[in-house]
Amino acid sequence: MRSSARLRRAVPLAVLSPSLLVIAVGVYGFIAFTIVVSFTRSKMFPSWDWVGLGQYPRLFRNSRWETAVDNMLVFGSLYILASTVLGLAMAILLDQKIRAEGVLRTIYLYPLALSFIVTGVVWQWLLNPGLGIQKMVRSWGWESFELRWITDPDLAIYCIVLAGVWQVAGFSMAMFLSGLRGMNQEVISAARIDGAPMWRIYQRVVIPALRPVFLTAFVVQAHLAIKSYDLVVALTQGGPGLATELPSTFMYSTTFTRNDMGQGAASAVMMLLAVAAVMVPYLYSELRSERPAS
Amino acid sequence: MNTIARTITAALVGAAAAGAAQAQEQEVEVLHWWTSGGEAAAVQVLKEDLESQGVGWQDMAVAGGAGDAARTALKARVASGDAPAAAQMLGMAVREWSEEGGLGDLSAVAEEQNWDGVLPTAIKDFAKSGDAWVAAPVNIHRPHWVWANPEVLARVGLEEAPSTWEEFDAAAEKLMAEGIVPLAHGGQPWQDATIWDAVVLGVGGPEFYRQAVIEADEEALTSDTMKAVFDRMRTLRGYVDPNFSGRDWNLATAMVMNGEAAMQIMGDWAKGEIVAADMTPGEDILCTMAPGTEGAFLFNTDFFAMFEVGEDKREAQDKLASSIVAPEFQETFNLTKGSIPANTEVSDENFDLCGQKSMADLKAAEEAGTLMGSLAHGHGQPAAVQAAYIDVITEHFNSDMSSDEAVEKLATSVADATF
Repeated sequence: MRSSARLRRAVPLAVLSPSLLVIAVGVYGFIAFTIVVSFTRSKMFPSWDWVGLGQYPRLFRNSRWETAVDNMLVFGSLYILASTVLGLAMAILLDQKIRAEGVLRTIYLYPLALSFIVTGVVWQWLLNPGLGIQKMVRSWGWESFELRWITDPDLAIYCIVLAGVWQVAGFSMAMFLSGLRGMNQEVISAARIDGAPMWRIYQRVVIPALRPVFLTAFVVQAHLAIKSYDLVVALTQGGPGLATELPSTFMYSTTFTRNDMGQGAASAVMMLLAVAAVMVPYLYSELRSERPAS
Repeated sequence: MNTIARTITAALVGAAAAGAAQAQEQEVEVLHWWTSGGEAAAVQVLKEDLESQGVGWQDMAVAGGAGDAARTALKARVASGDAPAAAQMLGMAVREWSEEGGLGDLSAVAEEQNWDGVLPTAIKDFAKSGDAWVAAPVNIHRPHWVWANPEVLARVGLEEAPSTWEEFDAAAEKLMAEGIVPLAHGGQPWQDATIWDAVVLGVGGPEFYRQAVIEADEEALTSDTMKAVFDRMRTLRGYVDPNFSGRDWNLATAMVMNGEAAMQIMGDWAKGEIVAADMTPGEDILCTMAPGTEGAFLFNTDFFAMFEVGEDKREAQDKLASSIVAPEFQETFNLTKGSIPANTEVSDENFDLCGQKSMADLKAAEEAGTLMGSLAHGHGQPAAVQAAYIDVITEHFNSDMSSDEAVEKLATSVADATF
């Protein structure tokens, strides 16, 4: 009896330990390694030539990093806002018990099945003034039509937002739709009996009840935004000039093509801190709210 | 799906190649990024030459990003303690790798073939680490050419491409009035930097280029001459068509060939495109030096850097180095690639007009001491500093930044990069 109890405790540990080990080394080990490298003068390969915090002031003086962070703020906020609003709108419209809902839902969700590289290349063609939408509209006879955002350093970042939102809006829709389906229909029926108009029911009852979904959507989109790399690489290669550089593209090129690994590691640590700033409060609130229930 | 299929194919091909190589006594593994049509044909020349000497060629070609992907792959190989026998590199990379240690010593071969006597000084500086030879140079490219379409120039009454910047401006005005794009350009950072190299040399002269680029002298970087360089860049920006962002260089060359644009400032690899379109460089498409750069010679060279290998592989590696520098290979390869031989013993009779001019200019520049490495093409500064230059150059070219601001940014950015 006692041995079987011990076994019962040991089996989950034995089953979990390989993946725990892999995560400990592959994730946390390398995070620690990156932090250490960010305190060194590493160039092409890691070296242990200690410079303390020296790489960090150097990073903040770097105007390319400044551009990357500014772009992150513009891209991140618009990306999260637009995909949330669009996703919610699509979910509400789909929730009206319409015909062929399954087909529509699949269509909206499909972009997510594509890799960001594919999305990036397709949008690059669409937005290229000489190949894509501009050329098509002009060939229809509207000769003065202009859509050349992708070649304008001030507007190119919005091209990234556009492609990113196109990709992820369907996913937000799926999250909101499942939230809507999980709602207590009696509350809505009760509001209806009270004679409240539909828009007011959504405004006062449905949307406030979706609060946890908003939070999840925000966290998922925020970390996607901070990580986004392949979309920029496929769409603009960080150009025109440096106009669409993001922290992730900065980190990769600094570390691997510019042979400035210490600086690259410092920027990776800054990205980690940004993700942590989003995730930690979320995890904290999630875990705290679970505790009384368990 | 496609990637998986490709990976499997690559693995099978690799395994087959490895099997074939085992049949031979010796083999060398060579990492390079020459995968496009003409370049791959040129590599084939080297491969056959070695096979005739009983050395098997184990190919590790990494396509993409003008060698970026290959450089990353090389770092991964070396970090895991499994360096290939030889790897393609640009000059500054050879220097950075030899500082890291781990490159082999080719001095025996170099002495036998008299590399000291047949290679230009500036190229020897990159191929040697102290007294030891660590890399074998393949070619010499010159990045500051102007490629011009004579028919288009004739339409505005010009017989040849302009030789000063004033003439260039006058020609550009006339061309624009005719609705022709004066300057075909692709908005990628390295292409912006290619023009900048030519402008620094053309506006400031060889001595200024040496101070501002090779020595990264702060005074030169913030001088009035440098402001004039950025003013010139701003003027050239006005001669480019609106769709230039992100365009590949060969598409810009095509614009010159089909008459859509008049001129392109680009290295002599553009000849590959011209020849592939059945046109003759020097006749159907004129080649002249960028305004004000006649007499000086900026270069970039592909080297094969040799890594330290076990004794059993030394002989094959030496044979590879010796084949690379031998005049026969240098001639065949460079005729295909569009560059000129690094080995100055090769005769120029089989080269086209542009190649012959380049070979004559190389000798003159070597004597005058105006043969200098190109910043845009990895022969001016180490990668981190080079990138600091290019960041400012490309940001200035793609925005409305003033020349004063550009000069200031350039100085701080370069100073921070030499950390």
